[in-house]
Amino acid sequence: MNEMMDILGSAGLWAAVLRIATPLIFGTLGALLCERAGVLNLGIEGIMTFGAMAGWLAVYQGCDLWTGLLVAAICGGIFGALHAGLTVTLGLSQHVSGLGVTLFAASLSYYLFRLMVPVAGTPPTVTPFAPVHIPVLSDLPFLGAALFNQTAPTWLAIGLAIALAWVLFRTPLGLAIRMTGENPQAADAQGLNPTALRYGAVIAGSALMAVGGAFLTLSAFNSFFPTMVQGRGWICIALVVFASWRPGRALLGALLFAFFDAFQLRLQTVLTGDLPYQIFLMIPYILSIVALAVMARRARVPQALMKPYRRGERI
Amino acid sequence: MRLEPRDHLPPWLALATPLIAVAAALALAGGLIALAGAPVLRAYGLIVTEAFGSRLAATETLTRAIPLILTGLAAAVAFRARLWNIGAEGQLYLGAVAAVTVSSLLIPDWPPIVQIPVLLVAGAAAGMVLLLLPLWLRLRFQVDEVVTTLLLNFVAVLFVSMLIDTVLKDPMAFGWPQSLPISDNGMLPRLVARSRLHVGLVIAVALALVVWFVQARTTFGLQSRAAGLSPGGAVFAGVPLGRTLVLVAMISGGLAGLAGAVEVMGVKGYVTTDLSPGYGYSGIVVAMLAGLNPLGVVAAALFTAMMYVGADGMSRAMGIPTYIADVTVALSLLSMLVALFFTRYRIRR
Repeated sequence: MNEMMDILGSAGLWAAVLRIATPLIFGTLGALLCERAGVLNLGIEGIMTFGAMAGWLAVYQGCDLWTGLLVAAICGGIFGALHAGLTVTLGLSQHVSGLGVTLFAASLSYYLFRLMVPVAGTPPTVTPFAPVHIPVLSDLPFLGAALFNQTAPTWLAIGLAIALAWVLFRTPLGLAIRMTGENPQAADAQGLNPTALRYGAVIAGSALMAVGGAFLTLSAFNSFFPTMVQGRGWICIALVVFASWRPGRALLGALLFAFFDAFQLRLQTVLTGDLPYQIFLMIPYILSIVALAVMARRARVPQALMKPYRRGERI
Repeated sequence: MRLEPRDHLPPWLALATPLIAVAAALALAGGLIALAGAPVLRAYGLIVTEAFGSRLAATETLTRAIPLILTGLAAAVAFRARLWNIGAEGQLYLGAVAAVTVSSLLIPDWPPIVQIPVLLVAGAAAGMVLLLLPLWLRLRFQVDEVVTTLLLNFVAVLFVSMLIDTVLKDPMAFGWPQSLPISDNGMLPRLVARSRLHVGLVIAVALALVVWFVQARTTFGLQSRAAGLSPGGAVFAGVPLGRTLVLVAMISGGLAGLAGAVEVMGVKGYVTTDLSPGYGYSGIVVAMLAGLNPLGVVAAALFTAMMYVGADGMSRAMGIPTYIADVTVALSLLSMLVALFFTRYRIRR
């Protein structure tokens, strides 16, 4: 019990919570935006992988870190356009084309990475984002180290959650996006263009996912290696349901999830030898499944999610 | 220009669709090969000769096709009923580890004639259990099974890794993380001497025929199709939806578990955490290329195996990254999806 209190009282835990949550916040917001417009984007796992690779590669080739994030976002947007083309224009199964995008984006990123970076004993690295020093706040005892010692993309992620909540629920554009996800026929009748709205949401959402991936290689770590996304994309899809499609709750959900993850990582070092380490590594995935089971029935799904829309055609 | 739904699909087009899709995928992959600075046409030639050019290559390709047929069938059966089983990878690992556990710890001395069927059943049962859990969550709590089956893949591989580290640890492996071996009595016999090709091929093809028969010629096959096409309509017509889905899940999970058992009993004899290079996910591609037709799955699995073995050999020979095989397989899924659209619609001026 004492060990648990020690973990909870360490600044390192709370700093890790924010760090672990950041890619999940980007990914969850991205998936949430797509789904609010009525498109499930299972390309997320591959898009995050590609973003991690593309952002890292850009910086490795000499771009600065923010350009790296931008490159990742553009690549994410391209895969988003591919997914939108398959699901919005052609109206194909969103499940299968999302998985197709994931398989393609992930394998393409490994291929391009190997092509551009020769095999070496130790993986090449870049200089990642440094923590932002905030006057006064970062110097506070304990709180400074625990909460105000983060890199810039973490603050960007938190700001984005607030911005997305504002856009979705306080602007005409947000209303249009939500209407497209609830009832595209009605949106069309209102003079909105559901196809364009869905394309826009999927492209922007995919760009966010890719930035979340790039955070892994440009801030959390400093190199790229295959399978580094480790199912984070799927966890984001689960978090969207957990958050009941609301950006504020997505932020909270990602932080809560990251808290459990950071906690188990530290518990693992304390309880070493008592339990196989794999048990701890399973916790995030099992936790996501439990969260889904608890929330799925209460969550209000966008009514036109996974339903293709083509003018003048009944579904 | 406008799109018009087709009222019927000519048979030649249904057959040509996957071929066109595969050709498109190969053309796109050619661009990536050219990007690496390798001669594209020679690369295509090398893919074929590396996959079928010698007795060794051909048996190796067929060996690779065995788990792909089984995971492809698993996906085809489930997708037809709109049960999105993306968990074949995890089910495969549990099936493999179940076969190893039963053989090495419980019944190592049973004669092959009894042991082999018992191990196959154990593998299939393990796969079933892993899929019935997400199905239960769907039926009970309305949880989308796509995410839960995907997440369970990670849990299953970690579980297998844990067993390999503890109760199933092979003390003779010099610290390598690998499981106890299956007893010699539990290994599948070779089909061709001095190769790795094993009887699993016969099992897989036979199961493809059985699944085809069940889907095309039985009430249950019709019910599972109806459940996929229109769940509401199916219930209205008196189809027991829950029971049909449970049966579909048992068949699909069982086939994926069997893929793992057959792979471990046929090839290496022990489990490691890199037993499968993504057979579970490739099974989805195989099923889609086959148009969810069980007999088509055999052909699609052969193509996918050819890509893996052939492109692997080609990329080694040409010094380009071996991931080209994965890229081409993923591209064939995407181009198959586009091609499927044009089997349903045509463009009219």
